[in-house]
Amino acid sequence: MSHDHDHDHSEWSDMELKVKTLESLLLEKGYVEQSALDVIVETYEHKVGPRNGAQVVAKAWTDPEYLQRLREDASAAIAELGFTGRQGEHMRIVENTAEMHNMVVCTLCSCYPWSVLGLPPVWYKSAPYRSRAVSEPRKVLSEFDVDLPDSTKIQVWDSTAEMRYLVIPMRPEGTEGFSEEQLADLVTRDSMIGTGLALSPEEAAA
Amino acid sequence: MNVPETLPGLVTECGEPVFNEPWEASAFALVVGLHQKGAFEWTEWADVLSETIKNGPEETPYYQSWLSALETIVSQKALIDEKEISMRKSEWEAALVATPHGSPIELENGK
Repeated sequence: MSHDHDHDHSEWSDMELKVKTLESLLLEKGYVEQSALDVIVETYEHKVGPRNGAQVVAKAWTDPEYLQRLREDASAAIAELGFTGRQGEHMRIVENTAEMHNMVVCTLCSCYPWSVLGLPPVWYKSAPYRSRAVSEPRKVLSEFDVDLPDSTKIQVWDSTAEMRYLVIPMRPEGTEGFSEEQLADLVTRDSMIGTGLALSPEEAAA
Repeated sequence: MNVPETLPGLVTECGEPVFNEPWEASAFALVVGLHQKGAFEWTEWADVLSETIKNGPEETPYYQSWLSALETIVSQKALIDEKEISMRKSEWEAALVATPHGSPIELENGK
């Protein structure tokens, strides 16, 4: 298609045209409502995000009974804090230790624990991450500046539409006596996917 | 955090937009909205999206696959028929041509 600089009418990309076509027809037929669509975008842009997951992790670090409930039924324990999934998926926590580091991938598409982490980052959805997280996790981690000792094993969890994983990172040293709120500030999104570690108080302050 | 060069499109935690363009947000909301209204199970959606990603070129941007998968599931579930879709596309194209740049684009503009 030649680009005509003299035109003064409106233009859309193919993607815009496709979306507008489907959206206008689905609205007319009552399969979706505009108000509901607005709420969905608003929610995922502003309200749901990794801060939800950080609260779960901070509570798990400070409240052994809560941690036990997370181990037994993570979906229910996470719902206690008001975070519930829209897709009916089951949540499971995987706990990092000095011996075992967990990281999460979805090799098929991009299944992700939306209710606690919001929408997935771009790299999580990329083909290289989806394949390399499985084939060479230690190398991928080092590219995220996470260098684990050889004695730490790496376990990779492949998410599905039915099962999503939340990594509980190790609690950083020097955080005795921290409140849940202070601890939550140390929990990054990547640390809950397993491509990062929780921040030390010094790193968080930097 | 450094941005590893070997993972294209990798971005750091801060300042990353959730959606790069408005149509991505619209496509995302349509899928979640259809699911909420019971048009399909989430597992059905995940299957269609997985297939779309698997069968498409590796470098396809994520929301392009998402949108193709939406078109597929809309036709699988017979929510809208092909004729209506191509007719509506032409109507929007006519509306675009009839709408001066910068004005709101309404279907009526093309009629």
